[in-house]
Parts: sequence; structure tokens; C-alpha cells
Amino acid sequence: MSTTATVRPMADIGTMLRRNLRHAQRYPGLSLGALGMPVIMILLFGLVFGDTFSAGLGGGANGFDYIDFLTPGILLMSIASGTMSPAVAVCMDMSEGIVARFRTMAIFRPAVLTGHVLGNVLVTIVSLALVVGFAILIGFRPNASVGDWLLAAVLLIGLTIGLTWFAIALGLTSKTPEGASNVVLPISLLLPFLSNTFIPLEAMPSGIRWFAEYQPFTPIIDSLRHLLLGTPMDSSSGWLAAAWCVAIAVVGYFWAQSSYNKGTVA
Amino acid sequence: MSAAIDVRGLRKSYGEKLVLDGIDLNVAEGTIFSLLGPNGAGKTTAVQILSTLVAADAGEIRVAGHDLHQSPEAVRAAIGVTGQFSAVDGLMTGRENLILMADLHHLGKQEARRRADELLEQFDLADAGKKLASTYSGGMKRRLDLAMTLVGRPQIIFLDEPTTGLDPRSRHRMWTLIRELVAGGVTVLLTTQYLEEADQLADRIAVLDHGRLVAQGTAEELKRLAPGGHIRLRFTSPEEFTLAGQVLPTAVPNPEALVLQVPNDGSVHALRDLLARIDDASLEVDELTVHTPDLDDVFFAVTGQPRSEEVTAR
Repeated sequence: MSTTATVRPMADIGTMLRRNLRHAQRYPGLSLGALGMPVIMILLFGLVFGDTFSAGLGGGANGFDYIDFLTPGILLMSIASGTMSPAVAVCMDMSEGIVARFRTMAIFRPAVLTGHVLGNVLVTIVSLALVVGFAILIGFRPNASVGDWLLAAVLLIGLTIGLTWFAIALGLTSKTPEGASNVVLPISLLLPFLSNTFIPLEAMPSGIRWFAEYQPFTPIIDSLRHLLLGTPMDSSSGWLAAAWCVAIAVVGYFWAQSSYNKGTVA
Repeated sequence: MSAAIDVRGLRKSYGEKLVLDGIDLNVAEGTIFSLLGPNGAGKTTAVQILSTLVAADAGEIRVAGHDLHQSPEAVRAAIGVTGQFSAVDGLMTGRENLILMADLHHLGKQEARRRADELLEQFDLADAGKKLASTYSGGMKRRLDLAMTLVGRPQIIFLDEPTTGLDPRSRHRMWTLIRELVAGGVTVLLTTQYLEEADQLADRIAVLDHGRLVAQGTAEELKRLAPGGHIRLRFTSPEEFTLAGQVLPTAVPNPEALVLQVPNDGSVHALRDLLARIDDASLEVDELTVHTPDLDDVFFAVTGQPRSEEVTAR
């Protein structure tokens, strides 16, 4: 009877997603950390450091509102810091016998990892909504149409999918969960901090500025500011932002799948 | 289709280390086949390859009538695997683990629950069904593991050391469960390092050592391969021991223990014969034990010898 079973991708991905959500419910530490950190960042930089940063950047008088400047970058930071939990979860999964069991079953091959990605996308969407909510509470005043919001959402979710696949690939190459949490640090710390999240590129020392200018977060943040606040941007930034999201997703996806299938009969 | 598993010339190396050195296996449908061997013999690797988890370097493999290289998905649909390390999800309850398996077999919501509850009952886990699997004892985890393997009603089941680390009572429970499976028509390939387990369960046994099959047959056939039974004679003094060695020239001496092993089939006739010779020579024997051949003898006979002789034993 079971030899005639056909592979059903959607059903299997759904099953794996439910498994990951159940895990998040049973072991909430990882997801709560991922939800709480960006909220703390927006409050800390928006309320505590905001005035000083704003004054240092010559703002205030000419209508420069730091919380408006800050929020798009913190949204990316939420996505970036959210990649730690799937990387660790995948690494833990691989060290357990259950994934070996999945690999000997006639289930849609990419379902196990896709379940992790979708689970993290859902958690990240909650996290992004929380950040936007708190930002509005402390003075974020976006000036965007419904279409702008939708484009911004597509960009944010696209980046989340891409970075999560990438982080999962890193998690698969790590031998221990501790290793997995270290190996994603460049994504979760370096990219958000060494970008134009907190200060404009012009205010940076030249070496760091060079890095910030060419790394993926900067054009994505520029595009978000443009969409949500109507700030001017280079016409190329939007395409660059989309290209980065697609490139990260494609590399992450194939790298993760090939690590997952390494040495087995695919 | 009479062979559930048919393997020719299976080879696998990890880097420089040769793990499986060209093994041939044929497992008939509806039987229990045991791969017996010490740690590091290649048992787990063999199971990993046959269950599509690890790719072989060479060899023709057919499982449930499907070529493993060409149609691994068809093989996966026909098999169930319970590995050496528990493959249960510790963050889910026993029942949720079973429902997870049922969902992956697309049984449908109603049937999934029904099957989960049925298996919990059958495996004596009904009371623990709502507890997280991570809180289960070793024996319970192993039972849940096997129950999860059975959710999709596989035709062929691989059990990699199913009772390693279990206490004697849990082990006997597991044996009963495995026998019940085969009564239901399933084929079982199990690996074990316990001779007793292979003897108790298996229709056929293959002895694996350093990646080679050094013997294959029924438990009875294998026992006939052993050098045979012997009488063990222990002496108190070296003088008696030396004298006995001269009287019984076919005996294998062990001077440190003052023990002679005299080849003997254990029959009353052969025993009376030996006793008569001991009497005639007035030998002082401290202790006499009769040793009939068992799988232990087979095991050491076929694994404890130099490689050249192992090959001829095949």
C-alpha cells in the first residue's frame, strides 16, 4: 500500500511547519529572544540615544527626525537577529536521530528545511509588526501609501526568506548548536551595525564606509526609507535591494539543500 | 518477488577507511535476517546504505524489488528504520510523534489519530502518550521509536541494534514485539552484537567482521561451522598437566591456566571414552566441563582468525 504513495510537497511542508511551531511553543526561549531584542533596540536607540545621535548628525532643527531615520534599519536588524534561532534549531535537529528518520522516509525532500524557514518567517513577521508598533508609539511617522507598504513588506519578507535559508545553510555546516549561534553572528551583528542603520554613510570613517556602501543591507535600508518616508534615493538602489534578496535566497537555498543531502542517495 | 533485500558487492569507504568490503546479502520476504558483528564491523553503515541514508561506493542493491540507486523514493516508501540512536522528537509527546509520522504518510486527520492511539496501546505507551518523549525511559523511547517506524505499515523494517543498552526485561519485550511483526508478514533486517539475540530471533544470520561477511547461514548451520564442542579439563599441578598433554595429543593446551581443551562432540559414548583414557593414565583432574558448540564458538572461530582463513570460511 505504501509503495504507491506519491510525494506531496505542500502537505509535507505543512507538517514540518506545524512541528516547528510546536517546538517554538514548547521551547519558547529562542523565539522570545528573537522577538524581544529588536524591540529593546528600537526603544534604546529611539528614546535613550536618539536625541544625542540626532544632534550629532545635525538634525532636529531642519526637520530631521531620528526615529524615522532609525526604524527601517531596526526592521532589518530584527530580520538579521532572527536568523540565529533557525540556525541553532536546524543544527540541533541534525544532531538528533529524527532527521535521519525523515531522510529514510518518502517525504518531499526539502520539506524539513522549508518548515524551518517558514516557521522563522512567521516569527519574524510578528517581530517586524512589534517593531513598527513600538516605533509608532515613540514617534515614527511613516508617509507611505498602501502600495508602498506592500512593496516594503515584500522586500522585508524576501530578505527574511533569503537570510533564513542562508543561516540554515550555516547551521547545517556547524557541528554544535553553540557553533551554529556563533557562525551566524556576522549576519546578525555585523550587517546591521556596519550599515546605514544608525548613522548615514557620510558620517562613517572611510574603511567602514566602504564596507557599508557595498554590503546588502544599505541599499535595502535606502529602499525602505524611500518607500516608507519618501526620502530620495538612487534609482539603482531598489533594483540592487531586490537583487541582493534574490541572490541571498538562491545561494542560501542551494547551499542548504546540498548540505542536507550530502552523502545520501538524493 | 521472493527477495526483500538483494545485495551484490556492496562497498563503502570513509576516506582511507574501508568500512564494507564487498558484501552480498539475500533476505527472503517475511523472515528475520540478522547482521551479527562486533562494534566497528560495519553493521550500522550497511543499514544506513540499505535505508538510503548513505550512498554506497559500489554494489547492486535491490530493496523491495526496487533498485536503490535508480528509485530511492520507492525504496523509502517500502521501508521503516529504527536506528541505533533514538529517532524520536523529544519536544513532542509520544502521541504527537506518532501523529507526525501519520501526517507524513498522509493518513488523514481521523486515521492519524486512530493509528496513533492504536500503536500507543500496542506498545504499552497509552499512559505516557501525553508526556514529552524526552521524559521517557530508554526502553519507552525505543518502543516509541519502533512504533513510529510502524505507522506507515512498512514491508521491510531495519532495526539497528534495537536492544543495545536496554535492561533484560525491556530486551525481552522488544524481542516479543519483533516476533509479532514478522508474524504479520513483515521482513526484518536487524543488526546486533548479541549472539543470543541473533539466535533467538533470526531465521538467517550473517557474521560481519571488518567489513566482510565471514559466515552466513541459519543458527544451526553456523554452529556446525564451529570447530565443534570440547571437554575442558583443568589440572592442579603442572606435572599432571604435562602428562595429560602426552596422553591426549589432540588436546589444545593452555599452560597458564593448566587447562586442556579436548575436542569432543559431547556424546555419552565419546565422554565415556575420554574418561576411560583418563583412568588408564591415572590422571588427577581437578575439574571437567562439557562444552557444546554455540554461536560464541562460531563467532570467535570466524572472526578471531587471520584474514586469509576468514575468506575461506565464507
